[in-house]
Amino acid sequence: MSAMAAVARGQHWRADFPALHQSVHGRPLVYLDSAASAQQPAAVIDAVAKYHREDHSNVHRGVHELSGRATEAYEGARDKVETFINASSRNEVVLTSGTTESINLVAQSFCRPRLHPGDKIVISHLEHHANIVPWQMVCEQTGAELAVAPINDRGEIELERMLELIDDKTFIVAVAHVSNALGTVCPIDRIIKHAKARGIPVLLDGAQGVPHLDIDVQAIGCDFYAFSAHKMFGPTGTGVLWGREELLDAMPPWQGGGDMILEVSFDKTIYNELPYKFEAGTPNISGAVGLGAAIDYLQGIGMANVAAYEQDLHDYMVAELRKIPGMRLFGAANHKASVQSFLLDDIHSHDIGTILDHQGVAVRTGHHCAMPVMQRFGIPGTARASLALYNNREDVDRLVAALIKAKEIFA
Amino acid sequence: MSRQAGELRDLYRELILDHARSPRHFGRLDGATHAAAGINPLCGDKLNLYVRVSDDGTIESTQFEGSGCAISMASASLLADAMTGVPVDEAEACVSEITSRLTTERPEQAISTRLEKLVALDGVREYPSRVKCATLAWHALHAALTNDPVPATTE
Repeated sequence: MSAMAAVARGQHWRADFPALHQSVHGRPLVYLDSAASAQQPAAVIDAVAKYHREDHSNVHRGVHELSGRATEAYEGARDKVETFINASSRNEVVLTSGTTESINLVAQSFCRPRLHPGDKIVISHLEHHANIVPWQMVCEQTGAELAVAPINDRGEIELERMLELIDDKTFIVAVAHVSNALGTVCPIDRIIKHAKARGIPVLLDGAQGVPHLDIDVQAIGCDFYAFSAHKMFGPTGTGVLWGREELLDAMPPWQGGGDMILEVSFDKTIYNELPYKFEAGTPNISGAVGLGAAIDYLQGIGMANVAAYEQDLHDYMVAELRKIPGMRLFGAANHKASVQSFLLDDIHSHDIGTILDHQGVAVRTGHHCAMPVMQRFGIPGTARASLALYNNREDVDRLVAALIKAKEIFA
Repeated sequence: MSRQAGELRDLYRELILDHARSPRHFGRLDGATHAAAGINPLCGDKLNLYVRVSDDGTIESTQFEGSGCAISMASASLLADAMTGVPVDEAEACVSEITSRLTTERPEQAISTRLEKLVALDGVREYPSRVKCATLAWHALHAALTNDPVPATTE
């Protein structure tokens, strides 16, 4: 796709997102915080509203019409996820409240019953807290140990060091597909190949992968893939744990309650089948409806087109940011997606954030739920601009102009 | 509601930028009788505040060290300037005055003589997400004077 054509595509998609068409502090909004939470297209907002207006009821329970419609909508979303990530069966798609719950589910249901003191869980230094703390908790519960692969100055996992850590004491490897703080696309192929050769399962934190890359879990070859709807233009409070069926099948339920059972008596409860075994209680039905609509929207565009467009825009953003004197970029991996962390002169990231906000430019500031990354670079936090398919070069130009204004104020 | 372009200068006034660039009373205080930490973990603002109180209950000296945004550093610097020579009970009244000043919408409100320079922080009231940066040092002062072992936080 040529640069001109790419710009035109971005403008076209932008029109689909109502929240982008407003002024903030008197300036047209430039939303560069999609890695925290992406805006929703009208198709998602309308699908959720239609569900609430016309189809809402509880799922899997009633014999009446609305319960049927709600069930169809909820299970329809599962089918869409199955196709979207190329799962081999709908039984492999567990609907959760988000990436965080998905990872906790694996830590508590897959790992906790089997971990022994001295077993190792291998992660990397660039993980989001959601892919650190659940493992620390299960280590505390079982006596297992957390091993952390280092990252280099470009914000890339030091692959050889990580592969060395993955040995016969390793129980599971958990790594980000794409780093939320640095934008690094991690070398998952090599990690998975190395782990598989030793029979070690691999979980990918895909929260930042799914919105930007074409995901085929079978081709990737991992064992678990966790992601959230709200990073991919769907609602908050909804996400997915994909797991290989034989692994999920062997796992005990995580939470008990309604919907995850076949039969309950005080003598014995028989658990439901996959994937319902892991979905206790009334689920986030409207969230799943929104997730399904977001998948329809993305598939209408095609993830390959999204990735190509964003890569072009990301490269433009990095090149433009580099031109600003006093700019320090954090995250310069050879393979990156969507995100750029930075600091300007010695201005604290929160001051950058406030000055940008005042000019209608929304960025994230602080540690981005990745405190170890900040410690690695010896900084309290960064400002982070993150792109989505609805951003364009004008957004980047507005960001640059706002940063120059910040320099003027702090000159 | 949109703000006028000039209002950014209302937040980042020259006095604030000056104190943020060259904080006064920066560094550990030898012979401190009171000390407390102020930490806003989400923000990354972090400071240690040291106070030396004389036998007659007057603050002889206040120093701080730490790192944070311009607002939090300037506020701590202005605090250290303003609190020297102030009796402890008056200092506590100043903490209340500043925190209520920054968290209520009363721009015309008079300010105590010893806190006059602190009107430079008034612009913060327009930025709710930044009020916690401005009040952190003051909460740390209160924690120090009351010997609270728990670090102060305003998040």
